[in-house]
Amino acid sequence: MAAHTVKRYTGLMDWLTTVDHKKIAILYLSSGLLFFVFGGIEALLIRIQLMFPMFNLLDGQTYNEVLTMHGTTMIFLVAMPLVFSMMNAAVPLQIGARDVAFPFLNALGFWTFFFGGILLNLSWFFGGAPDAGWTMYAPLALREFSGTGNDYYLIGLQIAGIGSLLSGINFLATIINMRAPGMTFMRMPLFTWTTLITSMIILFALTPLAVGLIEMTFDRLFGANFYNPAGGGSPVLWEHIFWIFGHPEVYILVLPAFGIISEVVSTFSKKRLFGYGSMVFATSLIGLLSFMVWVHHMFTVGMGPIANALFGIATSLIAIPTGIKIFNWLFTMWGGQLTFNTASLYAFSFIPSFVMGGVTGVMLALPSADYQYHDTYFVVAHFHYVIVGGVVLGLFAGIYYWWPKMFGRMLNETLGQISFWFWTIGFHLTFLIQHFLGLWGMPRRVFTYLEGQGWDTPNFVSTIGAFFMAVSVILFVINILITWAKKPNAPADPWDGRTLEWSIPSPPPEYNFKQIPLIRGLDAFWKEKMAGNKEMTPAEPLGPIHMPSPSILPFIMSVGLFISGIGFIMSKYEFENSFLISIFHSYAIAILGLVITFGCMVIRSLKDDHGYHIEPEELEEKGVKA
Amino acid sequence: MSAHSHLDHLPAEPEKATLEGRNKILGFWLFLGAECALFGTLFASYIALRGNNMGGPTANELFDLAIVAVATFILLTSSLFSVLAVHSMHQHNLSKVRFWLAVTVLFGLAFLALEIYEFVHYVHEGHTFTSSAFASSFYSLVGFHGAHVLFGVCWIALLVAQLGRKGLTVVTAPKIYVAALYWHFIDVVWVFIFTVVYLMGKVG
Repeated sequence: MAAHTVKRYTGLMDWLTTVDHKKIAILYLSSGLLFFVFGGIEALLIRIQLMFPMFNLLDGQTYNEVLTMHGTTMIFLVAMPLVFSMMNAAVPLQIGARDVAFPFLNALGFWTFFFGGILLNLSWFFGGAPDAGWTMYAPLALREFSGTGNDYYLIGLQIAGIGSLLSGINFLATIINMRAPGMTFMRMPLFTWTTLITSMIILFALTPLAVGLIEMTFDRLFGANFYNPAGGGSPVLWEHIFWIFGHPEVYILVLPAFGIISEVVSTFSKKRLFGYGSMVFATSLIGLLSFMVWVHHMFTVGMGPIANALFGIATSLIAIPTGIKIFNWLFTMWGGQLTFNTASLYAFSFIPSFVMGGVTGVMLALPSADYQYHDTYFVVAHFHYVIVGGVVLGLFAGIYYWWPKMFGRMLNETLGQISFWFWTIGFHLTFLIQHFLGLWGMPRRVFTYLEGQGWDTPNFVSTIGAFFMAVSVILFVINILITWAKKPNAPADPWDGRTLEWSIPSPPPEYNFKQIPLIRGLDAFWKEKMAGNKEMTPAEPLGPIHMPSPSILPFIMSVGLFISGIGFIMSKYEFENSFLISIFHSYAIAILGLVITFGCMVIRSLKDDHGYHIEPEELEEKGVKA
Repeated sequence: MSAHSHLDHLPAEPEKATLEGRNKILGFWLFLGAECALFGTLFASYIALRGNNMGGPTANELFDLAIVAVATFILLTSSLFSVLAVHSMHQHNLSKVRFWLAVTVLFGLAFLALEIYEFVHYVHEGHTFTSSAFASSFYSLVGFHGAHVLFGVCWIALLVAQLGRKGLTVVTAPKIYVAALYWHFIDVVWVFIFTVVYLMGKVG
């Protein structure tokens, strides 16, 4: 057996070349939090502009750009990577695997997301950000009515979307093929289940978006007529394609949050999750229904009563599996031994907040009522209750819950709980009153309003709430910095956990499991603990462990796509400099970027990655620490 | 298990002999699922927009079924050759694998040549990418398929080349299998294009 020496990097190169799912989780987390700060600053600018009637911090054009970038950033560059961070951190550990099915693709997925996000944000410096709203409705988004910013949206999201699609495929293959012996589908932790269903949704929802983005890019850059009515195109087609992606996207974000809540609620109630089977069923049903409801975003387009009624009913149906979940969480807590810490507080407060978002969702699902709510602040309040009160609370719970596992350090509890209260109070202060603003007639997406319409005080209150949330985020950042400065202090199992990730050291060694564990039931680690065992029973003898080699190619491929994106966007810029004209207008830069990316694919195909082995002796040395 | 140790007897299905191979095949099936949604959206756009020719030539005036039928025949036959390549791989016959893959590439190239000829012809008829929503959606749908064929041709040609150096192993076998899957998929999409674009363009 030939021994392959593999170059192992340290420092920055280690992070650029890593294919380890645990490090990729940290990369997703840190870049997601970075973009969270950007998106948060944009949110504050919006709220300050609306704090007083006829205020002029931002003019209309700047407001449109800030508003568009706030929505786009928060959905694609914050919620998505944070969800992928949690999946990468937990799923391979929860199923007893040493890595994901495609470590190389995992790294590629991260870097395409990262460079897509950077490309999108570069728009601020090159002629203005996208300004047609995160939904990019045509014909407003076409060249006739807007500047170059929307090209950054189209191509930036295209590149970031490749990453999401790759991650979806990766987690599906991982969960289907790489579960430890004894880990049947119905013994998988619920977070792994929600990851599985989410990945399926990603598979079928991200590709329509990719086509929509391509078609609009063709319209804007190459004069095609998909969405341009003057050339026979159909703006409503864009709405359909966007929402066939857009509605499942909500479930892509919220199902993993459901999974996190299920883990956290069960752990801190010291009880098995109530109704595990029905939870799996409800998750799958939501996944299925998520593709049958997109038209509820378009009730007022005028598709007629039959289409509206059918989609209204389908939308209301989603309340049933969601209700099953809510009751299961409540029954898990019922009679449980509750622990109140930051993670569980976020999880417990998720339940009422998300119910409120769900109830307004059912209200919006009724087409006749929707005609009244449409395009008002009621809708804004609704989706912020779902995304912030649902997804973000779930993500915070997950971040506090898995932080010790990811970093080997415990976050400060006192600071955590203070920031929790600032967040929760601030969140309800900001958005509860927006329901009423909407019912009192305030339209969404306006950059200012006249005084004396009864909107002044509610807007002021809402802005105060936003500052509370900002304080919470600052406290969270301070918490991270304080924790960073401390020595690693996390035990392997700080929460008296139930699932496999708590059976290995914090942070786990690069190979995760010295020996792949044998799974004997749901809540596998808890089962062993109840049987009096301190560790999992191994399913294999100690032997050499095969590891994939690190690679710089994912990074270079993403840089290639980034260069190509710049090349395409700037092919329509009007430069003074003749050199710039010659390289951009001839698509030389665009083609160069693609050559880099495809070249890397060829190298990857020609050069076999044999990986390397960690020998048992090395494992023994490392084992002492645990 | 060292993947490239030259075993005298490859397993019967070398593409599924390792976990990496099985992952690759499963992952690729999932990828093809995503591709279905991708082409589905392109088909939906075409169906929604195909009537809006804005005074340009209509589908009925434009399409010539004879040349499309030849293209269809070439592409469907090439799919058979990729099956023969996989069959040869199961018989552990490297030179036959390379031969059939090379023939697949040649037929793919012939298909592309016909498609380019067809597009040039349409442009001369006044049916350009920017002339109408019908034209934009036609070129996007058929062009996306053509780009997939081009990608497949380059990919399989690269495989033929590296098979000469690496031989038939548990590392190269999944690559052959997956490339054949991709080629079949392209074929299936073409069947739908032939029906929805060309036949319905003539009849519908």
